[in-house]
Amino acid sequence: MASSVDGRQFVGDQAATIPGDAQWPVWEVFTQGAQGAPHEHAGSLHAVNAEQALQNARDVYARRGGVVSLWVIPTGAITASSPSDSGPLFDPGSDKPYRHPQFYNVPRGVRGV
Amino acid sequence: MSGPAAPPSVAPVPAVPTNALVEYLLRLGDDRLVLGHRVSEWCGHGPILEEDIALSNVSLDLLGQATMLLRLAGDAEGRGRNEDALAYFREVVEFRNCQLVELPKGDFAFTIARQFLFDVYAVVMLDALTGSIHGELAAIAAKSLKEAKYHVRHSGEWMLRLGDGTDESHRRVQKAIDDLWRFTGELFAPDDVDRAMQAAGIGPDLAALRPTWESLVRDVVSRATLTIPNDLPRVASTRGGRTGSHTEYLGHMLAEMQIIARSHPGATW
Repeated sequence: MASSVDGRQFVGDQAATIPGDAQWPVWEVFTQGAQGAPHEHAGSLHAVNAEQALQNARDVYARRGGVVSLWVIPTGAITASSPSDSGPLFDPGSDKPYRHPQFYNVPRGVRGV
Repeated sequence: MSGPAAPPSVAPVPAVPTNALVEYLLRLGDDRLVLGHRVSEWCGHGPILEEDIALSNVSLDLLGQATMLLRLAGDAEGRGRNEDALAYFREVVEFRNCQLVELPKGDFAFTIARQFLFDVYAVVMLDALTGSIHGELAAIAAKSLKEAKYHVRHSGEWMLRLGDGTDESHRRVQKAIDDLWRFTGELFAPDDVDRAMQAAGIGPDLAALRPTWESLVRDVVSRATLTIPNDLPRVASTRGGRTGSHTEYLGHMLAEMQIIARSHPGATW
């Protein structure tokens, strides 16, 4: 069993196992670069549970610094749109400028807009 | 030793016998140099990519700590030897690491069990050393303590997973604990060097640290459904590695670690 230290197969949680991939479940890693900044997707990794995912994320994505917070999420917990949906989901938004809040005058001195 | 904040690094080095201070710093530095090298032997051989990176990080942390401590030892010695001279051009009997860290890396369970026992020791020891009146040592301890706290989280989590895992992982990590336990006696057996450092306010009361260490170790070991052997840790009358008495394994390790530097003195890249 080359995939795990003790030969166990970990299933469940909500982590995804890629079909044909005997490795541990996959987790998505999000890193925050500064307080108040958004957590941004950094990549993915394998881990058997959340604590180990957090540790692996620290070692793989935060060891060179520049990170103040980490999120790890089982890949299987993410619901993604499918490419075939892109027409109905996204195309209608591209020709409706009135949906953009660009017709307002923002008072001077307002921050964070 | 706990309590007072670390004084600024400009604090004068306390008046203690130079030899004792050098010996003390070599013990701290050599533990990390030797264990760092042992852990580095996993580079490219970790069970999975993520763990390979994790172990390499631990190794580099330990080598970084060793660099600082051996540099300080060289300065205290005053004979012009820097950290590289101390690492690459000393003979096996001149090394002051405990025997625990020089044992071959074994299987993954052995590496993790040894790492866990050392990591808890490092946290307890470094925490105490942050109160040292030796400013530079206290500063190195404070920096290293953050790393050690992560190391023990990593090795402790693995202890739980291996101990409470499959029959095979349980058997392997229990055997590792059984084989390693006798080597822990050396960690907390003070000798004249330790007592001189304690008297000078540089180092902690070594024997007093053991109960803290042991309760932390026993907590994780029992949660991992593992047991501590009943036989008492061996405490060699000669103090073992702290006075230069090593197992046969250290010489082989040093031969590999030192050969490049010795074959090409002064080489740079």
